[in-house]
Amino acid sequence: MGGDSLLRVRARDTDWEGVRLHVITGKGGTGKTTVAAALALALASAGGKVLLMEVEGRQGIAQLFDSPPLPYTERKVAVAPGTPGRAGGEVYALAADAESALIEYLEMFYNLRHAGRTLTRLGVVDFATTIAPGLRDVLLTGKAAQATRRKAAGRHRYDAVVMDAPPTGRIGRFLNVATEVSGLAKMGPIRGHADTVQSVIRSPQTAVHFVTVLEEMPVQETLDGIAELRGLAAGGFQLGGIVINMVRPVELTDQQLADAVTGRLDGHEIALGLKAAGIEDSIGPGGNAGLASSLLTELTEHAREALAQAGQRQRLTAASQPCYELPMISDGMDLAGLYRLATALQDQGAA
Amino acid sequence: MPTEAKAAERELLPPRLDVDRLLDDPRTRIIVCCGSGGVGKTTTAAALGLRAAERGRHVVVLTVDPARRLAQSMGLDSLDNTPRLVPLDGPGRGPGGGGNGASGDGDGGSLHAMMLDMKRTFDEIVEAHSDPDRAAQILANPFYQSLSSSFAGTQEYMAMEKLGQLRRADQWDLIVVDTPPSRSALDFLDAPQRLSRFLDGRLIRLLTAPTRASGHAYLKMVNAGIGMFTGVVTKVIGAQLLRDAQTFVAAFDTMFGGFRERAEDTYQLLQTPGTAFLVVATPEPDALREASYFVERLSQDRMPLAGLVLNRVHRSPAARLSAARSLAAAETLQATATNGVNSTPTMPNGGSAAAAAAPCYPLAVTALRLHAERMQLVAAERRLAQRFTAAHPGIPVVRIPAQPEDVHDLEGLRVIGESFASPA
Repeated sequence: MGGDSLLRVRARDTDWEGVRLHVITGKGGTGKTTVAAALALALASAGGKVLLMEVEGRQGIAQLFDSPPLPYTERKVAVAPGTPGRAGGEVYALAADAESALIEYLEMFYNLRHAGRTLTRLGVVDFATTIAPGLRDVLLTGKAAQATRRKAAGRHRYDAVVMDAPPTGRIGRFLNVATEVSGLAKMGPIRGHADTVQSVIRSPQTAVHFVTVLEEMPVQETLDGIAELRGLAAGGFQLGGIVINMVRPVELTDQQLADAVTGRLDGHEIALGLKAAGIEDSIGPGGNAGLASSLLTELTEHAREALAQAGQRQRLTAASQPCYELPMISDGMDLAGLYRLATALQDQGAA
Repeated sequence: MPTEAKAAERELLPPRLDVDRLLDDPRTRIIVCCGSGGVGKTTTAAALGLRAAERGRHVVVLTVDPARRLAQSMGLDSLDNTPRLVPLDGPGRGPGGGGNGASGDGDGGSLHAMMLDMKRTFDEIVEAHSDPDRAAQILANPFYQSLSSSFAGTQEYMAMEKLGQLRRADQWDLIVVDTPPSRSALDFLDAPQRLSRFLDGRLIRLLTAPTRASGHAYLKMVNAGIGMFTGVVTKVIGAQLLRDAQTFVAAFDTMFGGFRERAEDTYQLLQTPGTAFLVVATPEPDALREASYFVERLSQDRMPLAGLVLNRVHRSPAARLSAARSLAAAETLQATATNGVNSTPTMPNGGSAAAAAAPCYPLAVTALRLHAERMQLVAAERRLAQRFTAAHPGIPVVRIPAQPEDVHDLEGLRVIGESFASPA
């Protein structure tokens, strides 16, 4: 195996004890939604209820759980795998959108449900949420904050909330709503709401996790995103872990890797191995020797990939945040695959 | 290769997208690369631009990706809102050309690259279309600042605006555009209409003159009194915010017409035969699902789709050895090692004496296992591509092989560009 695993020695039960709102960001194509869902399952497997919410109207959660599009209400989508002697908890899902959040907000604080509908018809809601993206974001983060704080019969309604947040390029602005909104609203109810939301987002109850794959650009975006949040950290953002997604196992020893890239691997041994395994290539040019050299080419490519990935993994350590690795699930993502990823996150102490 | 030809017969094969012909055709003036995030759109756009330039065209690549690495791979420190000349060198550039560059008569082409700065572009439009006082007033308004730097859709709109500008400048005979990684795959087509609808909207009129408008017929259609309207708006967004919005709209008023006209012009420009849309995807379920949406939407909007660029496709140089046989062989070797006479994993130095001692050939076992995995991946990717072609028959496809490492220089972009070569 690759050797440089970043598994940490766990000092306590999980790395994010006390965190109730997990914000998941990452570059497009890194599997942000999948990781968010896996984390929700992992958190729920301790029992209790976990809310998984998305905020970008992509209906990625519904696709992942193979369910019809999610409405703006919380709906149970999965039961987490339990441990022997203890049943698993439940994962609820919600697709939040700014319009519904605004109407809900109007109703909750001003008892203006009817007015909300009128405003929607008039286009006010569209206006408010498109011209002022800060407003849009404060409504969405507000929804997450509210779900995190909501109580029923003296207990939190949800033990944890996992938010599939906007991609890394937008995350700083998305979370830094108070500052964004203050440019527009210096006082008044919006500002008040923004400040309340900030008190949740910037508390130790919230952690921001980054999802990446071991390629140059996603790793760079992760490092940039972390640096950006660190810059905003005076306001108290808590950085979470780095989830390295879609990791392919390295099949070569370190020595073989080094030999492969310097062209010192022995094609002759492969040819002998083919012969010993009873393979007689009569189709390709050069018979078994030709086949062996093709296999050697593949081996070398694998080695180059593995070394490039090791380099990216090394760069991520510069961020000094806990790293978790999730394996590539090659035969399509389904519930079984999500359970596998959830277990991997638990084993590594992320949940 | 005979085996490949046989495999091709069994498969549902799409027509091959002849990218070189597209690049060489002087009638092709705009190429738009679209696709979901993370599929390599920007790199594809840069590779297309480079190849076209080395085949003699005057190209500008407009990207929205702030990746420094891409700029550096083109020999530039960074990209900005102004097209910068990319210094071309290497094969195909010298007199007489070299290798396959000769087919393009290397000389004569040029490549510029730029990165869209949406705020800068928006500011320039404001400055160009209003007098200095009014421009200053608009630029300082908090609503304008929010709209120009983070309005959902501004980036898409400004990409279209920039495209229109580059086209009008007429300095280049080919523009390659890389579209923003929109939240929704289709935002860049909707953005112009959304922005102009918004700026032309009834609501914004309402905001500009709430008192004057009270007697108008269009307000009567709405069963909400103006008092309630301003009341609620003030209550929810605050009086100061409302005032800013009104000031902004009033200052912006004169520019609305121009915005919509240009948005419509660009939209129509995209529909002309001089434009070619390339949908970029990787052979993965999500990316291909997005690609399907793009294809459907482009045809709905009567946009000229040239084909699908299937990026990062895996291949095997040893495809004649199937996954099953490869895995079985690896298992045979391992079984020999565990049950065999000599189970020490020594590296045989060749020769029949060593082979007779039944060593386990660890390297061969690893190679065979890796090969089996690779063949499974190749098969999975092929199934996904076939599913796409079954749903969208007749859409030409070109495949770009997966590169073991990221692109770092022009040479890396050239390697990708070679996949666009017409079949000999």
